[in-house]
Amino acid sequence: MQLDIQSVSKRFGDFQALRNVSLSIDSGELVALLGPSGSGKTTLLRIIAGLETPDSGQVLFEGENVSDLSARHRQVGFVFQHYALFRHMTVFENVAFGLRVRKQRPSKGTIEAKVRELLHLVQLESMGDRYPSQLSGGQRQRVALARALAIEPRVLLLDEPFGALDAQVRKELRRWLRRLHDEMGITGVFVTHDQEEALEVADRVVVTHRGGIEQVGSPAEIYDHPATPFIFQFLGNVNRLPVRLHQGAARIGGLAFPAGGFENAQDQPGIAFVRPHDLGISAEGSGGIPVSLRHAVVIGPTVRLELEGPDRLTLEAELSRSAFDALKAHPGQALWARPVSVRAFLEDGGQ
Amino acid sequence: MTVLAHRFREPSVIPGFGITLGVTLAALGLVVLIPLSALFLKAAGLGFSGFIATAFDSRAMAAYGLSFGAALVAALVNLFFGTLVAWVLVRYRFAGKRLLDALIDLPFALPTAVAGIALTTLFAPNGAFGAFLEPLGIKVAFTRLGVILAMIFIGLPFVVRSVQPVLEDLESEVEEAAASLGASRLQTLWLVVLPSLLPALISGFALAFVRAVGEYGSIIFIAGNMPGQTEIAPLLIIIKLEQYNYAGATAIASVMLIISFVLLFVINRLQHWRQSRMEGR
Repeated sequence: MQLDIQSVSKRFGDFQALRNVSLSIDSGELVALLGPSGSGKTTLLRIIAGLETPDSGQVLFEGENVSDLSARHRQVGFVFQHYALFRHMTVFENVAFGLRVRKQRPSKGTIEAKVRELLHLVQLESMGDRYPSQLSGGQRQRVALARALAIEPRVLLLDEPFGALDAQVRKELRRWLRRLHDEMGITGVFVTHDQEEALEVADRVVVTHRGGIEQVGSPAEIYDHPATPFIFQFLGNVNRLPVRLHQGAARIGGLAFPAGGFENAQDQPGIAFVRPHDLGISAEGSGGIPVSLRHAVVIGPTVRLELEGPDRLTLEAELSRSAFDALKAHPGQALWARPVSVRAFLEDGGQ
Repeated sequence: MTVLAHRFREPSVIPGFGITLGVTLAALGLVVLIPLSALFLKAAGLGFSGFIATAFDSRAMAAYGLSFGAALVAALVNLFFGTLVAWVLVRYRFAGKRLLDALIDLPFALPTAVAGIALTTLFAPNGAFGAFLEPLGIKVAFTRLGVILAMIFIGLPFVVRSVQPVLEDLESEVEEAAASLGASRLQTLWLVVLPSLLPALISGFALAFVRAVGEYGSIIFIAGNMPGQTEIAPLLIIIKLEQYNYAGATAIASVMLIISFVLLFVINRLQHWRQSRMEGR
């Protein structure tokens, strides 16, 4: 189902949760709303579901304005972070709930067949008679998902669906969600503050910040070409280097990198962002930033180096195990750091 | 000895089982069990046929009927109103909410005789409310309705205070989930909220019920105390005491105690059974 959000704003007392947000989601897409807490992503999700009313703006389902439709009539599947299962009902009754409260209640046999099918889908066939308290977190979340899918929702909305689970289960569940989505082709929107989750699961990522949308794009676009300094810092580790922007180039310690968009800059102070794995480290003087090794931590196949540059600048670099071994570096040793690529912004955040 | 102790209880890392259980049993014995056994002992002095004749004569039977019947009606009324009051106190914000919240406990603190006299004054045929109800053919004071009214008054806080904290802890997300699944407000209340409140509702009901059964002070003022009509069982006990018929008084008290205990025990088991089913123990 095509989903359109048109200039939606929402304020809670003094707090502006959303400011004039517009977003289109194509039919069959799985979109991640990614942002820090308080960025408005959950509010946006709840507005789509009809659990919250926007102060202004509209929500369109398939081109039809549903802003005045209550949550009950929107036919959306909503999955809560803490599952919100009905504790006094068995797994079966939980999943059947949406079918049983219908005005035209399906026959007993139809409900039974549908619930069995959904329990099979979420791999909980044998758990139908259990109560939620007898299940693990991952199982509970799958019940919540089956319950939401039972009403054949026009759009599936998930609010930090894996936030309360431990790392291993989370990883499994998100792959599983991706597969499920591919099989069913349902339009889905999920909220997360975990960039890895968003980049791994979603077709498209919407980065939210301070009640607005910062950038929309495919996971690769978002990661490779962050539009703003905020996104750069939000998406994983990054080094901030002070640079001078001058006539289309960013200058750091004798090196110059092309900096598109700053052709007219005349020696202005800027910030360049470099990801740790985009920082080349060498022992011989080949130009770059002179640094000394503070310490190195081996994390599986990679080695994370903490380096000290000029003016007490701390840099982080990531090398493969073999590259680090070839370097034969020891703490305190002087090295050269050379960014492979940088992305520069003016100091005040402008581009 | 240690073998016995281990069989008696599950091993636990929390120390002090012996001393806490000892103090508990001692206190319970002193305050509850010893007086109660004295009661039964005294009643036993009547002999079996004497006990039956005293405890189950027609006047006593009518008194039990009124005490337990009226208490049941009052507890049911309180169940409804008390839940409503708790709902209003938890779900809405309004001016004077704290004041209302504090007022709920007043029946706990008020000497029950004061409540009885106040209710009687209001509902007597020439009282502020009674004057309006009398022409409609509704008599409250000096009837069974009066008994029920007094019992409602003293029982209300039990239901409110049982339901309120549970309602406060109820996640709003559960109701939102029900709404997003297409449930109407009424369906959500009936299928989701009420079942979650059920344990609290049952215990609130049970407390209000037994409190009403044992109530004396407020009822005797409003009831009129006609033997066989509006005479409650606790009053019958007092009457027997005033006639120095101690054995008779204890016989009636024993019957009341046994009925109350059986009812409470059944409610308790019911509660436990439900709980264990939900928590899969």
